[in-house]
Amino acid sequence: MEPKGARRVLLKIGVLAGLVVGAVFAGFPVFWMAASSFKANPEIFELPPRVVTPGFSFDAYTTIVTDPVKVRFFVNSYVVALSVTLLTLVVAVLAAYAFSRFEFPFKRPLNMVIVSVQAVPPITLLIPYFGLMVTLKLYNTYWALILTYMVFTLPYAIIMMTGYFNTLPRELDEAVKVDGAGSFTALWRILVPISVPGLVSVGIYTFMIAWNEYLFALTLTRTENMRTVPIGIQLLMGQHSYEWNEMMAMSILGCVPVLVLFLFFQRYFIGGMTAGSVKA
Amino acid sequence: MSTSVKAGPRQSPRPGPTRPIAPPRKPWRRRVEPYVYVFPTVLLMVVLMLVPIVMVIRYSLYDNVIMKKEPVLAGIANYTEILTDPDFWNAVKNTAFFTGTSVVAHLVLGMAFAMMLNTPLLGHVTKAIFRVLFILPWLFTVAIIAVLWRLLLNPNGVLNYLLQTGGLTDSKVEWLADPNLALYAVTFINIWSGYPFYMMSLLAGLQGIPRDLYEAATVDGASYWQRWWNVTVPQLRPIIVSIAMLDVIFTTQQFALIWMTTGGGPINVTEMLSTFTYKLAFNRYQFSLASASAVIIFVFSMVLAFFYVRYQKARD
Repeated sequence: MEPKGARRVLLKIGVLAGLVVGAVFAGFPVFWMAASSFKANPEIFELPPRVVTPGFSFDAYTTIVTDPVKVRFFVNSYVVALSVTLLTLVVAVLAAYAFSRFEFPFKRPLNMVIVSVQAVPPITLLIPYFGLMVTLKLYNTYWALILTYMVFTLPYAIIMMTGYFNTLPRELDEAVKVDGAGSFTALWRILVPISVPGLVSVGIYTFMIAWNEYLFALTLTRTENMRTVPIGIQLLMGQHSYEWNEMMAMSILGCVPVLVLFLFFQRYFIGGMTAGSVKA
Repeated sequence: MSTSVKAGPRQSPRPGPTRPIAPPRKPWRRRVEPYVYVFPTVLLMVVLMLVPIVMVIRYSLYDNVIMKKEPVLAGIANYTEILTDPDFWNAVKNTAFFTGTSVVAHLVLGMAFAMMLNTPLLGHVTKAIFRVLFILPWLFTVAIIAVLWRLLLNPNGVLNYLLQTGGLTDSKVEWLADPNLALYAVTFINIWSGYPFYMMSLLAGLQGIPRDLYEAATVDGASYWQRWWNVTVPQLRPIIVSIAMLDVIFTTQQFALIWMTTGGGPINVTEMLSTFTYKLAFNRYQFSLASASAVIIFVFSMVLAFFYVRYQKARD
């Protein structure tokens, strides 16, 4: 059924050409961003544009990593994203365990709520959150962001982990319980250790959501020392003038954790992100 | 009841001599356990999902909420004001164009790239390299995508230079500031940033299609495109419908990309439902009107979610 001879060569050239066009479309903007981060600011829009300019340097990066205000953006982002990831995994594993291993009234309706909650628009929650976070004395704190992000990461994490637990035979945890151990021991000692691949996928997904969030970070924090990286990048625009090279350098630094996760956990990364559409 | 406890499967029939005998579990404990496990989730969902939704619906029925101490019941006045506001309908129109165009383009690009990456004509290493390149837009947060495209689409930027050198334009195009172009420009940026999700989902789907389906079609004399239309597309349909629905839900809610590229401008040509609502609330402090708008968006999203959930259930 495979095409043969000259036709095959022609097809191969055609596909390669398509791939190269696609790669330029996808990759050139990223390449240009990286190139611009090494330029001096006046060289950003020089004509004709050059990839490497005489002002090539790491100055933009040095400026950012030596500016305590900007370093703080990164610290905030890591604190928030890592907390959200850890807490989401713990809470989701507990709930998923109940959904996977227990029958209880309200199980189906609760499950339906968790699935549909994913579609609640952030903008709808934003207005009440503003007042709610002030009332709870959480406005402009890490907790405001951590709890908010969990609302958006938990449903997906619970659905994924329930699916994962459902693939594990019940005999595993029942065996421990026959020995007199409680259900929590069965979860913690048996199910969690063998669910690491699922936890990694869900964890990466969660981290990405928290690392990238913009709308709530913009609205629920006020002072510069509570801002996260996405807001920090925006603050570089039009503060005094546009420091394009610094914005690009900060963007590159801002995508480092995601890039690292992607390179080291490519399979889990893609698995976690596409599971919503590809039936697990 | 006591007999049922004794007959319960949880009781160990022959406990080891060294281990202290565990007291037989009381049934209430077994009944309560699942609620303990779901409690943190339920607590969070009640406080940060149910309560806020009730709050925003309540706000939308009052006048002068948040800004004044004693709000006045306004009934549906806020809704009629929003629904007769031409700016709201402008936002609806822009959101529909932005979402519709993005979803179709995402699907076309995602399918084309997935099929090229699934070709048997090229080696694994070549395909793996291209796959990483094609995924790149996925790895960037919206804030980065926004500044990146502001750099590229700047009137003095590299895109205009390339277009001018190629003789395609003869002036510096203000992609994000020209009222005739801005909506197309932000839609294009959204297309660029969103197709990898389709591509990866469809690629996973393509790799799951049984080969004998294609072989049977070939035996029947089907051409490449006939096989694509009669085998590939029907096999991928569940995935296509799912991602398209998810994409519609999330694209209609897109805020950050618009906010950081055009802010809804110039004038209001890129105003989306999300930016319209945000400005009502946090720029004009019209919290009641903004709440009414937010509730309308909420109802719309829930209708979409209903169809999505129903479709997912039908797949099981």
